[in-house]
Amino acid sequence: MKEIVIISGKGGTGKTSITAAFAMLAGNNAVIADCDVDAADMHLLLEPDFSHAEDFYSGFKAVIDQQKCTKCGKCKQVCRFDAVQKNDDSYTVTPMDCEGCAYCAEVCPAAAIQMVEQNVGKWYISKIKSQTEMVHAKLGIGADNSGKLVAKVKKEAKNVALQTGKDLILVDGSPGIGCPVVSSLSGADYVILVTEPTLSGFHDMKRVFELIQNFHLSSGCIINKYDVNVEIAEKIHDFCETNSVDHIANIPYDETFTAAMTEGKTIIEFDDGNLTNILKDSWKKILLLTDSH
Amino acid sequence: MKIAFTTKGTDWDSPIDPRFGRTDYILMYDEDKDVLTAIDNTDISEVAHGAGPRTAQKLFEQKPDVLITGNGPGGNAARALQQGNIKIVTGAGTMTAKQAYDAYKDGKLKSRK
Amino acid sequence: MKIAIASGKGGTGKTTLATNLAHLLSQKFPVVLADLDVEEPNSGFFIKGEKIQEKKVFRMIPEWDQDKCVLCGNCQRVCKFNAVIKLGEEILVFNQLCHGCYACSELCPQNALPMTSYEVGKITEFRQNDLHFLEGRLNVGEEQAVPVIKETINFAEKKFAPGILRIFDAPPGTSCPVIEATKDVDYIILITEPTPFGLYDLKLAVEVMRELKKDFGIVINRHGIGNNDVIRYCKDERIPLIGKIPNMKTAAETYAKGGLLSETIPEIRNALEKIIDNLRTLEVLS
Repeated sequence: MKEIVIISGKGGTGKTSITAAFAMLAGNNAVIADCDVDAADMHLLLEPDFSHAEDFYSGFKAVIDQQKCTKCGKCKQVCRFDAVQKNDDSYTVTPMDCEGCAYCAEVCPAAAIQMVEQNVGKWYISKIKSQTEMVHAKLGIGADNSGKLVAKVKKEAKNVALQTGKDLILVDGSPGIGCPVVSSLSGADYVILVTEPTLSGFHDMKRVFELIQNFHLSSGCIINKYDVNVEIAEKIHDFCETNSVDHIANIPYDETFTAAMTEGKTIIEFDDGNLTNILKDSWKKILLLTDSH
Repeated sequence: MKIAFTTKGTDWDSPIDPRFGRTDYILMYDEDKDVLTAIDNTDISEVAHGAGPRTAQKLFEQKPDVLITGNGPGGNAARALQQGNIKIVTGAGTMTAKQAYDAYKDGKLKSRK
Repeated sequence: MKIAIASGKGGTGKTTLATNLAHLLSQKFPVVLADLDVEEPNSGFFIKGEKIQEKKVFRMIPEWDQDKCVLCGNCQRVCKFNAVIKLGEEILVFNQLCHGCYACSELCPQNALPMTSYEVGKITEFRQNDLHFLEGRLNVGEEQAVPVIKETINFAEKKFAPGILRIFDAPPGTSCPVIEATKDVDYIILITEPTPFGLYDLKLAVEVMRELKKDFGIVINRHGIGNNDVIRYCKDERIPLIGKIPNMKTAAETYAKGGLLSETIPEIRNALEKIIDNLRTLEVLS
């Protein structure tokens, strides 16, 4: 079984639209995993049925038992995050400020503080319109978007793939350079970087490439909207060559992406011209490259 | 020599888990005694932060000479492993534990320090 | 007055609006622009200016004192983030994992883990006429953005006169960093694209603003693509729609090379002037 992960560093490069197109091309031979925890949008194109849902717990918050509390104020004194409030005659924890370090619980002489694991959302196994399975999640606001959720989604996707005998897992990875993207990359057989030829797109791609190198992973690059600035596109091309990143495709600036999204369709379903051809060729290339690594 | 593997199961036919910190099991093979033991790591694969150092700690207690894995540990775990003088061998991500052992013995896997 | 510019999803035009709006307003009165997207600070591509100073950002982490330590393991037991690990005869501290709660340090019976400062990023101050620009930047390899965001806001508070307008370019998403960047501002502009992805992520951002009980309005970027669902949503939810920036390929091209749109594209300059008028009507700007 092979795992292909698609990441971008910067938002708005077209990563999710491109991943959804690949999901359609992979058909029912692949399990899809949406690990873009900040902007989990792929479900808008792939029509999941949310058939299997489970609660997701992550992170702990302190809760003070008012019955047991002796109002000594020790908790407030040790908290470095100003999460303990004194109101009139009682102490309470503001959940949004609590980091879950449990220092207050550790020093409370009355054992009045419990660390309670937080239900921060749900994760799902769905059937999608390409008749395969997708594992995805929906988190509440302010939830800890740690690597834990990403690891969970990927693990479940692997289980589904094993049970249904599928050869491939296709992962829509997380943005940025922090913990979630590290978790997205871990265990990948091949990584695809989707970037755009803008100063910020190139800058963010280089930052995330450092992570790929740390993990010794093989990777390829898709330059979306390459004609927005051909000069920077060429620089990205050179960067790929120097760093042994396979160049997979250049995709032109095309508002068909938006038009397809507006109808809730992937490019493959919406367009039978140039874009679909580029994406089909790219997908063929990606499968070959993944196999050869 | 004692050799550790990150795996998804408990026997020689188990696939290597390419991840280090969130591997399901650590398989330990003691070549001198010809004994294979499995250490459950699923408790750690569920932690939110710092899975790497925790797994490294578990591994450290087993005192292996070599670790065979897929992609190789990230920065935090690598630092912990350095402390234990454990040789890290990568590139076994798509093999079973048995295949990985044979490949290692044939010098077909990459070492990383 | 403090205004933050935020969005649920990255890549919708947050930095474009923050830099162009700040630049345009600075032609009328002094403005401070702070880039709080410290993981990927990109405002600096668009605002050039004279560098005034650079300040390192530190946070406190424990440092092991081998001579005092008796290897009791209490530090490892109290650390909920696996940032302190006992390996054989050594205590290892993983700086990136540490949240700076002080528990291991203050509860160590031997005082063998004193807290020391550790560099996690930097703030750079630039000046271009009446535009003061601050860039917060997290070092690569660091995972916690909040301390750098907090310090950059502090810097913006202390360095400049209280009456001056402050504009924050917030990080994307709906988790801790964006909450840190917006919780103490007077007004928030949420920027979105008129597409299904844009609307879905906008709704999440709106939920955050309502949870924080903040006053906010919406700007549509790339107006003309997609559909009218965002406009309908603003009406249904009674959220002020304070601007529409037209969709133009020339805008994408100018952005690509780090140019300011308000300088060269009259249609976009007009859209920005309209946003300023609306902010005045809403009494966000005087």
